[in-house]
Amino acid sequence: MRHVISVLVQDHPRVLNRITSLFARRGFNLESLAVGTTHVPGLSRISLVVSGDDHTLEQVEKQLNRLIEVLKVTDHSEPHVERELCLVKVHVAGVEERLAVKDIQEAFRARVVDVAQRSLILELTGDSKKVDSFIEALRPYGILEVMRTGAVAMSRGERTLKVREKREAV
Amino acid sequence: MKGAEALLKALEREGVELIFGHPGGAIMPTYDALYDSKIRHILVRHEQGGVHAATAYARASGRVGVVMATSGPGALNLVTGLADAYMDSTPVVAITGNVPRALIGTDAFQEADVTGVTMPITKHNYLVQDVNEIPRVVREAFHIASTGRPGPVLIDIPKDVQLAEFTGDFEVELDLPGYKPTTKGHPKQIERALDALEKAERPILMVGGGSQHAHAELLAFAEKTGLPVITTLMGLGAFPGNHPLWLGMPGMHGTVAANRAIHHADVILAIGLRFDDRVTGKVSRFAPHAHTIIHVDIDPAEIGKVVRTHIPIVGDARLVLKEMLKGAKPLKLASWWRELEEWRTRYPLRWKPRPHLQSQEVIRAFFEATGGNAIVTTGVGQHQMFAAQFFPVTRPRSFITSGGLGTMGVGLPFAIGAKFARPDELVIDFDGDGSFQMTLQELATVVKYGLDVKVVILNNGYLGMVRQWQDLFHAKRYSEVYLADSNPDFARLAEAYGIRGIKVERKEDLRKGVEAVLNADGPVVAEFKVYHEEGVFPMIPAGGAAEDMILEHPEEKEEVEA
Repeated sequence: MRHVISVLVQDHPRVLNRITSLFARRGFNLESLAVGTTHVPGLSRISLVVSGDDHTLEQVEKQLNRLIEVLKVTDHSEPHVERELCLVKVHVAGVEERLAVKDIQEAFRARVVDVAQRSLILELTGDSKKVDSFIEALRPYGILEVMRTGAVAMSRGERTLKVREKREAV
Repeated sequence: MKGAEALLKALEREGVELIFGHPGGAIMPTYDALYDSKIRHILVRHEQGGVHAATAYARASGRVGVVMATSGPGALNLVTGLADAYMDSTPVVAITGNVPRALIGTDAFQEADVTGVTMPITKHNYLVQDVNEIPRVVREAFHIASTGRPGPVLIDIPKDVQLAEFTGDFEVELDLPGYKPTTKGHPKQIERALDALEKAERPILMVGGGSQHAHAELLAFAEKTGLPVITTLMGLGAFPGNHPLWLGMPGMHGTVAANRAIHHADVILAIGLRFDDRVTGKVSRFAPHAHTIIHVDIDPAEIGKVVRTHIPIVGDARLVLKEMLKGAKPLKLASWWRELEEWRTRYPLRWKPRPHLQSQEVIRAFFEATGGNAIVTTGVGQHQMFAAQFFPVTRPRSFITSGGLGTMGVGLPFAIGAKFARPDELVIDFDGDGSFQMTLQELATVVKYGLDVKVVILNNGYLGMVRQWQDLFHAKRYSEVYLADSNPDFARLAEAYGIRGIKVERKEDLRKGVEAVLNADGPVVAEFKVYHEEGVFPMIPAGGAAEDMILEHPEEKEEVEA
């Protein structure tokens, strides 16, 4: 089953390395990974898309938590917002095609971010399924390039990815 | 003050008295500073020997072991030892030099991405980029290595950082927001565990390496409840090997009593162990009658990793046992003990006597001559299992072996580390002819420091454990396991180093040989030429279950039903 996991980490050098190498050596299936800084200096937030059964997911969370620089791990099983950013460079041969692509753009609420003589770059945000459909809709016109960020996610409502309470050490 | 001096000062502040290591270009500034330091450095002949010695030092003393090496080849020679320490949860801090910062990433002379390489085999690692960070990094490294689930931590310091002028502060606050091990077990879960044990008809207590520091509480808890105790290879010594409640070691080469107890148990209390496959065999057939498995471990990731757990308790073995002791009651286990006793007396560990000298009797003879009063280290192979079976240590931290990684060659450097940790103890390394030859250059370290360690090589002329598997599972096709045609004369080899060499070839010379080893003043390398086709039994074949246990070589005797 597909899971979106958020990980709050200290933004030290190699922390991404530690996470990807953990997935590689433990045989976890990492589908996508997106990283960015947060409003708290020194903290970054990683969104991972992972597939596996309950046992695997439990291990993914526990093994991530073992990393010294990982502050918090959440599996977004609760209601959450999920988004992906996608850029598509699509071939447009003539006016007719340009109009057709524009229709798709409007239907998906995408934006045109670059216009050239024979191509357009469209920008879309949405959940991964929406991005998939968008790309499929554009495919007949000749897709030149696709760039997807992978999913990012955030819980709805009051829930936040807070740092764990301090606990005593031996 | 240079970075190198700051590093040594920071180490002194952690109470480091001893560092095992080997110098080289990129760590030279630190070796220069060491010249004026209070910290004692032990020069080994290979970095692998250094890290193993640091590991055994940690295991025997309960403190953090420290090893130092240069960049590239020096640091990479630590890899096996770090992986070994990681698998067996041993607190080790490794300090490595690296090429100057400006050269990192340029494929410079003796450069290797050591933090990258050791990422999967250390609990954490550091590449120090700023000289003033040294005290904080050292403080964190020792804290991480020694708390929670212990493990190795590596600190990689570029040469120019060692040479840079230090202007920082040694008073550093620990600030590790992502690292807060849970040490106290949840009271509700502890209550549930005690309740389950009270209702159990056939409960057992299994302990592993994570209980070595909890031996007093363990003994008190076992004696109060009357629970039968099983110790894994890593747990040997955590509970006295001469105690009436002890059933022995479980798993592939465990006792019949221990394995049957697990097979028939209804409630299992497992403390400080990780259900290694050498213990469980086929997981789906492990402990089929256990309706309740209580797992106590300080590492939450170990709970539920291999076997299903009904009552998880995250915490330190000692603190959890202390709490459990408060509510513990004597359990009514008379009929269970009758069964256990029957298995124990009917199937004791034994060997088939042969006209040749045998490993088992050599180890047994040392056990009897010492009263079990020794620190035993082993290499990896048949001799390791024979030592585990026939030298039941009675005290914690006294059986030092490579469990998880199964690293051949650890025996001699482990003995060196153990002797430095506990110089007043008799230290015996039971080694194999194959295992010993992987690190034998450390005999030079033994000589250099006049270390009184007794190396007992059980020479069967084979890579015995591999030969045993080829015998049983590969139709006796002994592919590349024969050593006897090229083994050295171990006694003469020892003498070349200036160490007393002893050779025992005949059964009738056994006693005399054992006495000669134990009475020798200073180090000894004793070679016992043992029967070359011996197998380790009992044995549960890899992937098997307790019911598949074979007691003797199939061609020599019958199988036994569980």
